[in-house]
Amino acid sequence: MSKQLTTSSGQVINQPKKSPVDTLLGIVAWLVGLGFFLPFAWMVLTSFHRESDAATNPPSPFAPLVLDGYRSFFNSGPWPSLLNSLTASVLSTILVLILAFPAAYALSIRPVQKWTDVLFFFLSTKFLPVVAGLLPIYLFAQKVHLLDNIWLLIILYTSMNLPIAVWMLRSFLAEVPVEMLEAAQVDGAGLVRTLREVVAPVVMPGLASAALICFIFSWNELLFARVLTGTVAQTAPVFLTGFVTSQGLFLAKVCAASLVVSLPVLVAGFAAQDKLVQGLSMGAVR
Amino acid sequence: MSTATNTPASNVPHGSSSHSNTPHTNTEVASAISRAGAWSRRMPLLPALIFTIVLTQLPFLATIVISFMKWNAYYPDEIGFAGLNNFAKVLTDVNARQAIWVTVLLTAASVIISLVLGLIIALLLDRTFPGRGIVRTLMITPFLVVPVAAALLWKHALYNPEYGLFNGLLRAVFGANAPQPDWISQNPLWAIIIAIVWQWTPFMMLILLAGLQSRPMDVVEAARIDGASNWQIFTHMTLPHLRQFIELAALLGTIYIVQNFDHVFTITSGGLGTANLPYFIYQTFYTAHDYGRASAAGVIVVIITLIVATAALRTVFSIFQEESR
Repeated sequence: MSKQLTTSSGQVINQPKKSPVDTLLGIVAWLVGLGFFLPFAWMVLTSFHRESDAATNPPSPFAPLVLDGYRSFFNSGPWPSLLNSLTASVLSTILVLILAFPAAYALSIRPVQKWTDVLFFFLSTKFLPVVAGLLPIYLFAQKVHLLDNIWLLIILYTSMNLPIAVWMLRSFLAEVPVEMLEAAQVDGAGLVRTLREVVAPVVMPGLASAALICFIFSWNELLFARVLTGTVAQTAPVFLTGFVTSQGLFLAKVCAASLVVSLPVLVAGFAAQDKLVQGLSMGAVR
Repeated sequence: MSTATNTPASNVPHGSSSHSNTPHTNTEVASAISRAGAWSRRMPLLPALIFTIVLTQLPFLATIVISFMKWNAYYPDEIGFAGLNNFAKVLTDVNARQAIWVTVLLTAASVIISLVLGLIIALLLDRTFPGRGIVRTLMITPFLVVPVAAALLWKHALYNPEYGLFNGLLRAVFGANAPQPDWISQNPLWAIIIAIVWQWTPFMMLILLAGLQSRPMDVVEAARIDGASNWQIFTHMTLPHLRQFIELAALLGTIYIVQNFDHVFTITSGGLGTANLPYFIYQTFYTAHDYGRASAAGVIVVIITLIVATAALRTVFSIFQEESR
C-alpha cells in the first residue's frame, strides 16, 4: 500500500516505505503462485512432447516439441463428445437464465409471500446429493427412452444450476432502483417489457456471472453424463475417462486431451475473472 | 380472478376503502385485486419453482419408495417389499460404513486444508508487489481445469511411480538412489485429498481475497495511526471482518466436495478404501444393480446431509441477509 492518506486534521501520512519483509513476502507469493501453476505447466509441456520423451525418469523438459499428442487425440474421434458438451452446456445455461430471471424478480423486486422460504428451498436443493436421485432418473429415462439423449442432460444440468442462478440474480436485482420500476409501471409496461427494458440492463453483469458459472459447472459434470449417456450423447468428460488405455504410452495424448477439454473453461474463466468470484459465491461477494 | 370474487373471506389485509357505504362489495373487490396481485407476483416464480420441485424432489421421493423394496436388476422376478432390510444391510455393511467415514474425512480434510492455504495466499495477494495480477491469474488456473482432466493429470503425470513428475524430480535432485514412492497405493486417500486441495484452494482464495478487499481501509489506517500493530489489526479487525467470508467459502466448498465423484472415480476407482458415499452408491447401483440397497444408501446420505445442512443453511442465510442490508 503506497497510497497517501489524509487525516481529519489535514495531515498527510505516507505509508511506510517497502521494507525487506515486503520484498520477501512478494517473492513468497510468486513462489506459491508458481507452485500451484506447476502441475498445469507440466501438463501443457507434456502435451507437446513425444510419448517416449513424456515418460522418462528423470523428466526431460527440454525434449523437442511435437504435435503428436494432439494428432492422436483428434484422430480418436473426440468431436461428437465435444459437440455434445457444448450443446448441453450452452442450452442448459440459456434455459437456466430464462427460468431464473423471472423467479429472481418474484423473490426480490415484487416479492411473493414467504419469499425467504422459497429462497431457502432453492438453496436446500443444492445440499441434496445428486446421487440420491440418480437411480429414479435413470429408471425413468430408461422407460421413456431418454437414455443416451442429450436433452436429458440439458434438463438435468438446468435443474442443477437453477438454484445458483436464482440466488445470484436475486442479489443483483436488489440493486435495481425502485424509481425505475415505478416509472415503468406508470408507463403501463407489462412484466416481460419491464424485465427486458428496465431490469435486464441493470443486472447484465449478474446475468453474465450466472451464465459463466452455469456453463463451467455443466461443462465439468461427470456423474450424470457417465451414468445416463452411452455412445451417442457422450460428453467430453466421459470421453476423457475412456481415453486412458492400459497398453503402451499415453501420457502426452492424455495431457493433450485434458488440455483441449479444459480449454473452453480456461478461456472463459481467464476472460472473466471477476465474474468468476461473483458466480462462485452466488452473488454474495462482488 | 373471476373465481376470487366469489370468496370474499380472505386473509389478505384489506385497504381502508372497505369502510365505505357498501363495505361488502368493496371488500370483495379489494380482495380480488390483492389476490390478482398475489398471483401476478407468483407467476414469474412458478416455472422455476415447479421445474425444481419436479426434478429434485420427485426423484428423491422415488428413491425413498425404492429403498423399501427388494429390487435387483439381475433378478427381475423377485421385485417386492423389503421393509427395512435394505437399511439394515447398508448399516451393517463394512464397505458402507467405511464410505461414510471416508466421506467425512475427505470432505473435512479437503475443505480445511484448502481454506487455510486459501487464507494465507489471499493475505499474500492482498499486498502490492510487482506482478501481483500475474500471480493471481496463475493461482486461478487449477480451478479452471476440468475436474476429470485434473484427476487424470495427478494420477498419470504427477503420481505415477515410474514416470510421474514427483518421482522424476526426486531422481533429478537426489540421483539414481532417490526414493521412488508409489504415491497412490501408499496413501490413496491423501493422494485424492491433495488433488482436490489443488483445485479448491483457488476457490477459497478468490472468495477470501474479495473479502479482504472489501475491508474499510480508512478504519484500518486509523487503527494504525493509533498505534495498533499488524498482528492486532489482523486478529481484531481483519479476521472478524473475514468471518462471514470464511463461513461462506467453507460452506460452498463443503457442498461441492462432499459430492465429489470425479477424483475418486479417476484416481483410485474407489479402490484401496477410498470409496466415498457418492462412489459407493454409484457402484451399488451401476455395477451391482442392487437398486433397493443403493436407494437405502441414498436415503441415509440425505439424512446425514440434512442434519449438517440445516445448521449450515441458517449460517448462510444470515450471511446473505447481512449482505443485502
